[in-house]
Amino acid sequence: MAAPETSTAAVPTLYTNNTLRNAFGGVLSFFILLLIGVMAFSIRLFSVIKYESVIHEFDPYFNYRVTQFLAKNGIYEFWNWFDDRTWYPLGRVIGGTVYPGLTLTAGTIWWLLNSLNIPLSVETVCVFTAPIFSAFASWATYLLTKEVKGTGAGLTAAALLAMVPSYISRSVAGSYDNEAVAIFALIFTFYLYIKTLNTGSLFYATLNSISYFYMVCSWGGYTFIINLIPMHVLLCIVTGRFSSRLYIAYAPLVVLGTLLAALVPVVGFNAVMTSEHFASFLVFIIIHVVAFVYYIKGILSPKMFKVAVTLVVSVGLAVCCAVIAVLIALVASSPTKGWSGRSLSLLDPTYASKYIPIIASVSEHQPPTWPSYFMDINVLAFLVPAGIIACFLPLSDASSFVVLYIATSVYFSGVMVRLMLVLAPAACITSGIALSQAFDVFTGSIKFQLSGASSNTEVDAAETSSSTAESQTDAVKTEKPEETAKNRPSRKSKKKEREHGEKPSTKAKAEKKRLLALPLESSVISLLLLVLLGAFYVVHCVWAAAEAYSAPSIVLTSRSHDGLHVFDDFREAYAWLRHNTDVDDKVASWWDYGYQTTAMANRTVIVDNNTWNNTHIATVGTAMSSPERAAWEIFHSLDVKYVLVVFGGLVGYPSDDINKFLWMVRIGGGVFPHIKEPDYLRDGQYRIDSQATPTMLNCLMYKLSYYRFVETDGKGFDRVRQTEIGKKYFKLTHFEEAFTTHHWMVRIYKLKPPKNRIRGKTKKSKSKTSSTTSSPKRSGTKKKNPWQ
Amino acid sequence: MEAPIRAREALGFILFSLLFSICRSSSLNHLLISNAERRIDLSSHIVKVFLTLKVENAGSTPTSEVLLSFPPTQADHLATVEALVTKGKRKKTTLVRLDVKPTELPDAPNDAKYFTIYLANPLKSGESTTIEVLYLLTHSQEPFPAEIAQSESQLVYYRDSALILSPYHIKQQATFIKTPSTKVESFTRVEPSNRAGTEIKYGPYEDHPPYSFSPILIHFENNSPFAVVEELVREVEISHWGNLQVTEQYTLVHAGARHKGVFSRVDYQSRPTLNGASSLRYLLARLPPRVHSVYYRDEIGNISSSHLRTDSRKSELEIEPRYPLFGGWKATFVIGYGLPLQDFLFETSDDRRYLNFTFGCPLLETVVDKLTVKVVLPEGSKDPSAVVPFPVEQHLETKYSYLDVVGRTVVVMEKKNLVPAHNSHFQVYYTFKPIFMLAEPLMLASAFFLFFVACVAYLHIDLSIRK
Repeated sequence: MAAPETSTAAVPTLYTNNTLRNAFGGVLSFFILLLIGVMAFSIRLFSVIKYESVIHEFDPYFNYRVTQFLAKNGIYEFWNWFDDRTWYPLGRVIGGTVYPGLTLTAGTIWWLLNSLNIPLSVETVCVFTAPIFSAFASWATYLLTKEVKGTGAGLTAAALLAMVPSYISRSVAGSYDNEAVAIFALIFTFYLYIKTLNTGSLFYATLNSISYFYMVCSWGGYTFIINLIPMHVLLCIVTGRFSSRLYIAYAPLVVLGTLLAALVPVVGFNAVMTSEHFASFLVFIIIHVVAFVYYIKGILSPKMFKVAVTLVVSVGLAVCCAVIAVLIALVASSPTKGWSGRSLSLLDPTYASKYIPIIASVSEHQPPTWPSYFMDINVLAFLVPAGIIACFLPLSDASSFVVLYIATSVYFSGVMVRLMLVLAPAACITSGIALSQAFDVFTGSIKFQLSGASSNTEVDAAETSSSTAESQTDAVKTEKPEETAKNRPSRKSKKKEREHGEKPSTKAKAEKKRLLALPLESSVISLLLLVLLGAFYVVHCVWAAAEAYSAPSIVLTSRSHDGLHVFDDFREAYAWLRHNTDVDDKVASWWDYGYQTTAMANRTVIVDNNTWNNTHIATVGTAMSSPERAAWEIFHSLDVKYVLVVFGGLVGYPSDDINKFLWMVRIGGGVFPHIKEPDYLRDGQYRIDSQATPTMLNCLMYKLSYYRFVETDGKGFDRVRQTEIGKKYFKLTHFEEAFTTHHWMVRIYKLKPPKNRIRGKTKKSKSKTSSTTSSPKRSGTKKKNPWQ
Repeated sequence: MEAPIRAREALGFILFSLLFSICRSSSLNHLLISNAERRIDLSSHIVKVFLTLKVENAGSTPTSEVLLSFPPTQADHLATVEALVTKGKRKKTTLVRLDVKPTELPDAPNDAKYFTIYLANPLKSGESTTIEVLYLLTHSQEPFPAEIAQSESQLVYYRDSALILSPYHIKQQATFIKTPSTKVESFTRVEPSNRAGTEIKYGPYEDHPPYSFSPILIHFENNSPFAVVEELVREVEISHWGNLQVTEQYTLVHAGARHKGVFSRVDYQSRPTLNGASSLRYLLARLPPRVHSVYYRDEIGNISSSHLRTDSRKSELEIEPRYPLFGGWKATFVIGYGLPLQDFLFETSDDRRYLNFTFGCPLLETVVDKLTVKVVLPEGSKDPSAVVPFPVEQHLETKYSYLDVVGRTVVVMEKKNLVPAHNSHFQVYYTFKPIFMLAEPLMLASAFFLFFVACVAYLHIDLSIRK
């Protein structure tokens, strides 16, 4: 037992004992952090072990392709890269439209490794970038929570974040997406903000803006930071917590951060011109006004101050009104009120489904369901309220920030399931605080009860001795802040300060020990229950990492009684395209497969997952929902040679093109009104069986999906829709089957070449009549078919 | 198109032979072939020709060189020529391999190409010996029609001569051609010739002067897939920690009749024998025994359709490309595997080490157009030299791998037009001091040591101006 020993020992030995204990604690927490990092990395390797080291899903393929380009051609070529393989015939300026953080990070890692003669491929680096950065993210969480509630809470929060399923879902090995590095950048920026807020050091403020710059480079979610921090600043000002530290934490961030953000090509002048950033500037003005008021208050007498206030307020209000009026006019003049569609759908959850079907069609932009909360943050959902309460005991600048962070992120996660990712760190931090405080209370009361039972007097002696020691240090501490306020603290004094910073918390614990001493049995039982809760969380996380989130989605497996079946049809089709078509052939498919086609098949696509041009996507949607001849004309006008459709009816793969088809109709109909959704629905129901509408049964998507499907089983039974198909025997007139994969999941069709014009009198007269009949039609329905 | 030219060539040959046979050098004159039998096997896309020559020395001086001649079109596709001679009598016969080297003759008629067989014992005058010659031809079956649909079977042309092209007088000769199936569309008749089952017989022909040539054209069905590896790079990396890592990069193409029109999966799956009969469904690679960590992938990831069967003598890897290859379709893939080093690395008596490994492509029944073998020697090895049983182009490269400082020496060997018969062993000799094995661990250890020292130093330095 430590307590009896310290009671007999003299003060200096107690001091050395304490430093030793601190040093031991430091080493221990260092190793715990190391292990947390290892765990964060290794829990994300299930996908590599169960499947293979491969890039996952859709967007990561684009990032991978960009990284390959970067590694091959260098940074300058990358900035100037005009990609003609996508959005044919428009193309896309990659360097100016991509968040380059992830690519540059992986490219730098690759370059570094290769210059050290470690010949890892770009693919390997890309696959393992996300797990590495999740280790970094858990360390950043440790730092942030440590700033808020001390080391114990920090370690708990880091451990929780290392395996939170929500974050795992976006950062398994192979999930090479912006979020992988952005979450680290987000947490680290918050940490530096809190650190600046706690220390008032300009050094950390500068680091904070650089970290913010990295976040801007990596993810569009940086607007969350630039709105959350001003909100917190405003909260501090309103609650009367304004200090010079707050000013140092905020003002450099806005100035430097905005300047740096404007350097990123994809953001550019948006950093000062869009409404997402206005809050930060408004608060920037407010904080200056407040700082000015505080300054004036300091130099003027109270009476003079009152006079000055009335004067300034009356003039200031007038000026403010004018400025705000101009601002509002400016903002209101832009059609979207200066907000981007995604941000608007954040503020108004129903916005996207009303106006932008292309955003609404993405499954990760849907609001989450309740089970998905349990799936993604599991027991943290129950610990968060406790953590919020713990943040209020006592409320500091830092803990109020955590409260604000969790409150806003809960709202955002409720709007878009994708933003669950932003909630996860906040939930981990608050739960970490809750768990660690609970552990503190329970272990403290156990210790108190045990030592109290053995020798009450000795404990009292220990208490008095330690309290004297603390009062001594307290005396030192009261001197310290003034000192630090004046001097730039050297590292040694900072270290001392850190020790002192921990002191009051131990003292507080000692007080709490006396106040919150629970009965021994109940605290032991609660401790066990907490451990059980943690164990449940760990089991769930490992299950989620291993089963739910490790599938790369380009290769599917199914287990049946006769072993493991692998469905590798996507890559089969892409490999076929890559090797057996001309290098400049254009492939049309729904936009979901655009990134994969350019990355894996290296063929030009019409639309891809970067849904920047709604009209172009609508054109492809219109073609897919048109009858064969009209579709052929649209595709032919786009110089398309192959059409790729994904069909799951044979093996029961549910996310195929027939199931996505209504979105194609909706998006196509949004631009070309001759495509009407009700034409494809029978009594409001979407069906492909014999009850389906003739428009549906004659559209290109139906035909390409079910061409000769009936010959597989004689009936044409679709295993996804669980029905027999409506139209079984039909021929293609303008398309021919070029390739179908082993399980029919990808079908590629070739456009037949246009028929030769036959010179002859009969034909000539026919064409004449047709042209005369068609020309008024064309002028009459101008928008009907723009591709003639 | 080509047939008339060939006929003219043949005429030319005969004229030439008549004119020049008299005034040729004496070494050619005094040999004659008393009996020649040729068996041409067309069952796969690699043409195997077995030639049995009974050579007689009719001259007065002993000679040890026998010439083989090939028309230039065939010589371009000639992958390998081997000659054997039977020794001993009755039951104790053993085959002895003879040296064969390409030779240039200054006055070759119509650019005929020559190979010289060097006999072990000079053939004295009046004596005769029997030489068995085996040569393999690649890319010698031309698909006709050049494009076929999925349900059609593949028909090919094979062109040769009914008479054996030889610089010597041949007293008696016969040619047997074996086709893969009984389905033969047509063949040139040079009497006496007849067809029975899968065999076409030309001959016997008596007393033909040197350079006799009589072009024939056989049009027959050959549905065996024409698996051709356009380029193969084999990298063999030696690690003295006990592993030999082999990486093979393939560019595979189906060189048969080009696929035309649609590919229908439903036809292909329901009637596999009728539809896509000539398609390439799988390949078999024969790997050394005790192979481990085998992988089969391409640039977009692992290919799951492969099976490995191992036993104590050999390992067989059955691989399927991602999709069945029809004529003209291509695929690229990588096969890699590790092998225990002690099976392949040996030491010579003078303290040098040598690697003994197979040269050619491990896939069965494939032609390799261009093969590059790279042997990556461990860092610090010196004086590399390669011994290959046939002529190859050689040069040295340097490769940097994990934590290399000076780089590894790479012995690069290149050869064109290979067949499975080239799977013989080659050796790479080099000297290596085992102390170099420790270089990288020591480097890592010292780097970590320096890092920790730097950390300790950093924690003990106070650079602040004010205390």
